[in-house]
Amino acid sequence: MSPILAIVRRDLLMVMRRKSEVLTALFFFVIVTSLFPLGIGPEPTLLRKIAPGVLWVAALLATMLGLQRMFAADHADGTLEQMAISPTPLVMLVVGKIGAHWLVSGLPLVLVAPVLGIQFDLDASALGVLVVALLLGTPLLSLIGSIGAALTLGVRGGGVLLSLLVLPLFIPALIFGAGAVEAHISGLGAGGHLSLLAAMLALAVFFAPWATTAALRIALE
Amino acid sequence: MLSAHGLTCVRGDRRLFSELDLIVDGGEWLHVRGENGAGKTSLLRLLAGLTQPAEGEIRWCGEKITRADEEYRKNLLFFGHHGALKEDLTALENLEFSAAMDGAELALENALRALQRFGLKGREQLPVRVLSAGQKRRVMLARIATRNARLWILDEPFTALDVKAVDLLATLIGEHVTQGGMAILTSHQTMPIPGGRVVQL
Amino acid sequence: MSNRLINWFRFASPHNFYPLAGKMIPVFWALAALFGIAGLWMGFFVAPTDAQQGEGYRIIFVHVPASWLSMFIYMVMATWSAIGLSLNARLSSMMAQALAPTGALMAFLSLWTGAFWGKPMWGTWWVWDARLTSELILFFLYLGFMALQASIDDPRRADKAGAIVALVGAVNVPIIYFSVKWWNTLHQGSSVNLAKSSMAVTMLWGMLLMALCMWMYSVAIALTRVRTIILEREAHTEWVLQLDEVKA
Repeated sequence: MSPILAIVRRDLLMVMRRKSEVLTALFFFVIVTSLFPLGIGPEPTLLRKIAPGVLWVAALLATMLGLQRMFAADHADGTLEQMAISPTPLVMLVVGKIGAHWLVSGLPLVLVAPVLGIQFDLDASALGVLVVALLLGTPLLSLIGSIGAALTLGVRGGGVLLSLLVLPLFIPALIFGAGAVEAHISGLGAGGHLSLLAAMLALAVFFAPWATTAALRIALE
Repeated sequence: MLSAHGLTCVRGDRRLFSELDLIVDGGEWLHVRGENGAGKTSLLRLLAGLTQPAEGEIRWCGEKITRADEEYRKNLLFFGHHGALKEDLTALENLEFSAAMDGAELALENALRALQRFGLKGREQLPVRVLSAGQKRRVMLARIATRNARLWILDEPFTALDVKAVDLLATLIGEHVTQGGMAILTSHQTMPIPGGRVVQL
Repeated sequence: MSNRLINWFRFASPHNFYPLAGKMIPVFWALAALFGIAGLWMGFFVAPTDAQQGEGYRIIFVHVPASWLSMFIYMVMATWSAIGLSLNARLSSMMAQALAPTGALMAFLSLWTGAFWGKPMWGTWWVWDARLTSELILFFLYLGFMALQASIDDPRRADKAGAIVALVGAVNVPIIYFSVKWWNTLHQGSSVNLAKSSMAVTMLWGMLLMALCMWMYSVAIALTRVRTIILEREAHTEWVLQLDEVKA
């Protein structure tokens, strides 16, 4: 079994034995999204307008919740140290960790989003664009977030600091992700937004793991 | 085959040790001694490649161990203060995943045999969480036994081991050294393993 | 010639840089004062009244240079961080740490003056213009850098972690700027036009002089700050204990 697959399997196995972790982020996503219509009013045209933004911000925040635990447990019990001195390059193991994190924190959001989109009276094609945008955007969030998670390992005030570091970097994903759905709704076509999102994802896949690996080694010194 | 020259370690403001030289060759083991805070753990982490020395260099078979030295890591086994066990996985799964992440082969029978050798018969499939502290340390012994590493760097390996387990580990290290392996250990106890040299910090 | 080269690298040690910085600081204050007086005179007396905005526009002589400086300082900070990380040079990291608060101040000044400009001009305190929004995000990047360094106890780890934040931020700043620009032009037409298409030469000169003033000020302040950082971090060394300031 390749090392990357091994680490993904390992993380998924551990999550399955403690299901609460998956469900927390998911419930957060659902609850936050539901708060907005309650706070703003049930008027359908207004809801349709704010839907892309609200869903995306909620997805962002839900991802943020799960970022802290990406490396924290491994750091605490010494397995991170073992990964750092493993013959397998640490960057590959980091890619595996990020992949596992996305499968647990990001993919469920993608799958639940259409259901929530219905609450906002989005039509089927808009929901489709939403799913594609989130499919491209949530891995991007996991990748960028992993850098912050690695930097704040074992640091005081980690959670809030993590948000401060990572949320500004999430903004382009938010702009193009929500923008894609809005562009589709207004008839302009989501192609441009989605391609930019895909481009950012490609960039992040190549660069983020290296930054995260460097940050992990710094944390282990 | 592992040689260190001119090692200097600085932690925060304190200079723990400087200009330290050491050599370990096949069939030898080093006992690193010193008071608490003298830098034993820091030295071992330097040798394992987890941290960089302020000055000096470390070489494995003549080559510098830079951070990306795969050759060195294939032959290295390191255990720090943490047990490096995942509590939610079983002892067997821990061994299997560790091997897989290292890209090494570990046959099921070998893993089971190792766990049984160290007194975990019947407990291989339990989540590590339910094992006692001593039993958890024995899983570490199994890991040491199943990983084919030439150099063992162990930080306080005898902690939390009962008398029988101490014997088992001492035998394990003894066998390893006699068969041409190398080991570097820290421990507050004197160790009943022949052929060792002391490095005093 | 080779002697000169060696001399420069001498100053990479905090011990040697400390007195050099001390000598340079008054020079930069003097330059800052000079450029400041020239720039303010240009801005308030020489530059003509704007056709559309009257006298109120003159705040751009603070706003624009502050924005330029906030971005410039970020790049310099990121460069010093990168050097500190790759060459394991303590002083470079200390310089980055010294620059951050000044950069944050420039960003804050830019936002504040932007708001003061916006109110009389367009009736609102805040406008989601691409540049102002990017400036806000830059401000957050500065805060993140400073917060991370403040929460890590080990100074070397703080240096290296900060370097990664600064570098990741540096890569992202253009991305963020362009995405915000895109977002802005799609949602509202460019109703906000901060730069005039044909600007009077004197206005340009005024801004340039003010920019130079702020640049000299930033250098002076950063050098002062780095001297303090050096004293803090090298407090245990012989040469610091021998200094007059410390003995007193």
